[in-house]
Amino acid sequence: MNTAARGFERDFVAALFAGTAPAGLAGQPGFAVYRNTVHKSCIDTLEANFPAVVRLVGRDWFRAAAARHVRAHPPRDPCLLRYGEGFDDTLARLAPGDLPYLPGVAALDRLWSAAHIAADAPVLPPDALSGRPPRTLPALCLCPHPAARWRWFEGLPIHSIWSANRSGDAVALAALAALDARAWAGEGTLLVRPGAQVRWQPLDAAGCALLDACARGDALGDAAAAVLHAHAGVDLAALLARLLRAGAFTSLHRSPLP
Amino acid sequence: MNVSLAAGLGLKPEHFDDALAARAPGLWFEVHPENYMVEGGPRLAWLEAIRRHHPLSLHGVSLSLAGEAPPDVPQLRRLAALVHRFEPALVSEHLAWSRLDGLYLPDLLPCPRSDAMLRRTAGHVDAVQQALGRRIAIENPSHYLRLPGHDWDEVDFLRELTRRSGCGLLLDINNVHVSARNLGFDAAGYLDRFPAEAVMEIHLAGHSADPLHGERLLIDSHDAPVAPQVWALYTRFVERAGPRPTLIERDGHLPAFDTLMAERARALEAGAAASARSLA
Repeated sequence: MNTAARGFERDFVAALFAGTAPAGLAGQPGFAVYRNTVHKSCIDTLEANFPAVVRLVGRDWFRAAAARHVRAHPPRDPCLLRYGEGFDDTLARLAPGDLPYLPGVAALDRLWSAAHIAADAPVLPPDALSGRPPRTLPALCLCPHPAARWRWFEGLPIHSIWSANRSGDAVALAALAALDARAWAGEGTLLVRPGAQVRWQPLDAAGCALLDACARGDALGDAAAAVLHAHAGVDLAALLARLLRAGAFTSLHRSPLP
Repeated sequence: MNVSLAAGLGLKPEHFDDALAARAPGLWFEVHPENYMVEGGPRLAWLEAIRRHHPLSLHGVSLSLAGEAPPDVPQLRRLAALVHRFEPALVSEHLAWSRLDGLYLPDLLPCPRSDAMLRRTAGHVDAVQQALGRRIAIENPSHYLRLPGHDWDEVDFLRELTRRSGCGLLLDINNVHVSARNLGFDAAGYLDRFPAEAVMEIHLAGHSADPLHGERLLIDSHDAPVAPQVWALYTRFVERAGPRPTLIERDGHLPAFDTLMAERARALEAGAAASARSLA
C-alpha cells in the first residue's frame, strides 16, 4: 500500500468537507473549484431525486437541508440515481414541527426512484386467478413485481401530500390546501411500473400488509390469515383483484410447502 | 480513421427524441455509464433504442484509476455488463480519482504524477482492460491546482501510460486550454507534443470564468459553446494528427439539439479542411 498517496487522498477529501484547503495547497483559489463541484453535484442530485420535497419546502430551504445531508452522508454509489438513502431521517431532524410529513414525502420520492430503475419483468395479468378452483388458491404464492413498491404511513395523509406535490397537479394541490390538519388520517401508497412510466395509487393498510406477506413468500392462505388478523372485515377478494389490476405482481406459483 | 465515428454528441435525456430521430453520417452518442448502472426500466430501454440506430461511447467518471485503491470490483462488473450489452464503439475514463474508503466524490480529483502513481495507474488501467476485454482511452483532466510532487509532465506521463498499459488516449482540448490558462503553460506546445498516434477520441466543450476570480481561473463547466481559442487548438491538432472521432460535450444551459448538431458539423468541417490541407 502506498501510504503517501493514501495520505494525500485522505487530506484532500477531509478538506473537501472542511472550510480550509489541504496543507500545502492553501492560498490557491483552485481548491474551491473541487469543493464546489463535489457539493453542487451532490446537492443537484438530491434536488433531482426528491422533487416533491422541493415543491413543499422551496428550493432555498431544500438546498440548505441537502447540504447538511451531503456533509454527513456523501455518496457511496457512483450511480447517483440511488443517492439519498437516509435523507428522510435528515429531514426528520431538520424539519420544523409543522411539517411532520416531510420524511414520509421523502420516503415516497425515494420509492419512486427505486421503482423507476428496478428490474424489468412481465406483469401478471388481472385475470390470472380466475377459473382456478377456490380450494387451490390458499396454496398459491403471488410474487410482487420487482418495480412494485408500497408503504403505509400511520396517522399522516402522506399519499395525498406526496402525490399532489410530485405531480404538481393544480386540482390536487388545491384539495390538499383545503384539507384540515385535524382530519388527518393514515394513508398508504402503491407504486408500480407496468411500462416505462412509474404510476401510483392510494393503498390501505390491509393492502400494504398483503403485499408484505406476499413479498415474504407467504402463500395466499397464510397471507390472508395474517391480513385478516390485523384488519378484520377486509374484503380480501376485492383487495386482491385491485392489486392484480394495478399490476403489482409478476408471477404466481404453488407453494413448495403443503 | 473510423468513418462511422466522425463526430458525436454527449447524449442528454432532454434530447432523447431528437437523438433517436437524428440521421447524419458518422453521428454517434456518448453517455456516462454510471447513469445506466440500473437493473432495468426506461433508461436502459432509451439507450437500447439509441443504440439500434447509432454507435455509442461509454465515458466513465468513477473508476478512480489514478487513485491509490484498485478499481472497485462490483463497479467494474457493472461496467463490463454494460459493455457486453451495448457493444460501444469506444470506452474511456479519466486520469483522476474519485473514490476513497467507500465514498464516491462526484468530481475528477487531481493527484501528483509521481513514479509510484504511474505504476499504480498503469496497473489499474490494465485491470480494467482485462476485465472489459478491450482497449480503453484515458482522458487528460482539467487542472485547477499547482500540486507539489510531480515527477512527470502530463504529456510524458500519458505517453508512458500508453506504452506500459497499451491504452489509448482521449484528448480533451478544452481541458488543455483551461489547464494551460489556470497553471500557466502553453496549450499549443502541449498539443504539439501530445502522442497523436494514441488518440482514439477528442473532446470539445465550453468553459466559463470563475465567478469570484474571473478569467484568471477558468472552469471546465460544459455550459457554453466551444470557445474560439479551443476551436483554434482543435484545428492545430487535427492538421498535424489528422481527424479523430470528436465529441461535443454539453451539460449546462442546454441549447436545442440542432444547435449542438451545428457545433458538431463545425468539428466535421474543421477535420475535413485539415485533412485537405495536409494532403495538399
